[in-house]
Amino acid sequence: MSGEPCDRCEELLQDFLDRTLTNEEWAEAEEHLTGCDYCRRRYRFEETLRRYVKLSAAERMPPGLMDKLEQLRGLDATT
Amino acid sequence: MSEPEPATEARRIATEARDRARFEEEALALADQVYRVARRLVGSREEAEDLVQETYARAFRSWRSFSPGTNMRAWLLRILTNLNVDRGRRIQRTPQMQALEETDYYLANKVASAAGEEALEQEVVVERLSQDSVVNALSEIPPQFRDVVVLVDIGDFTYADAAQILDVPIGTVMSRLHRGRRALKQKLAEEALP
Repeated sequence: MSGEPCDRCEELLQDFLDRTLTNEEWAEAEEHLTGCDYCRRRYRFEETLRRYVKLSAAERMPPGLMDKLEQLRGLDATT
Repeated sequence: MSEPEPATEARRIATEARDRARFEEEALALADQVYRVARRLVGSREEAEDLVQETYARAFRSWRSFSPGTNMRAWLLRILTNLNVDRGRRIQRTPQMQALEETDYYLANKVASAAGEEALEQEVVVERLSQDSVVNALSEIPPQFRDVVVLVDIGDFTYADAAQILDVPIGTVMSRLHRGRRALKQKLAEEALP
């Protein structure tokens, strides 16, 4: 079965990486991935992509914003 | 009803001041993480900065409504997303996702046909997508899907937290997340692999 596209595995991809599959589904995906290069490569790619998206999206607070937030301390509901 | 003893009253005020200062410290320690999420929910750095300031102003004013021991980061993000909605972003019609969505393997298949199956095993292939193209692709997903992707995949919130922050059922979070991620991959393919 190596190298064959697999709709079921594609369907389980996101939940597999989110670790939200049931035990049965997990076993099903694991078993398929063991024998299927096509899907295994795509799972691996997706995992790397997620890490990369997170890394790329991270932007630190602009300098000065923290001071502005500090100045908001003590604000009262009545003011 | 008798007036509280002055000493008791002084103690109460001191305790409250201490609780409040503690709350503010805890909230400020999360500012960088709050900004990180805010930055991807809106279009520009300036908007994100404004939104975070408004959020902290609101949070400091309503600090008594925070229940100690609960997730403060989620509480702050709840305030932030509500303010973001109030800003009128959603006055625009609810954007529709393209009827024809690509599948989960879409981007991987594109990469494989451009660079070969084995390329999928190499981390450098992902890194060939520029960070700018990731940010652009993210900004092009319709907001209601983007919110969920940003909260879960960038903010590391659980499905349950995201559901609470956005005030939608958890099932809605999951379906928007799945569709949002697919949309992101589709945009990435358009951006980076013409």
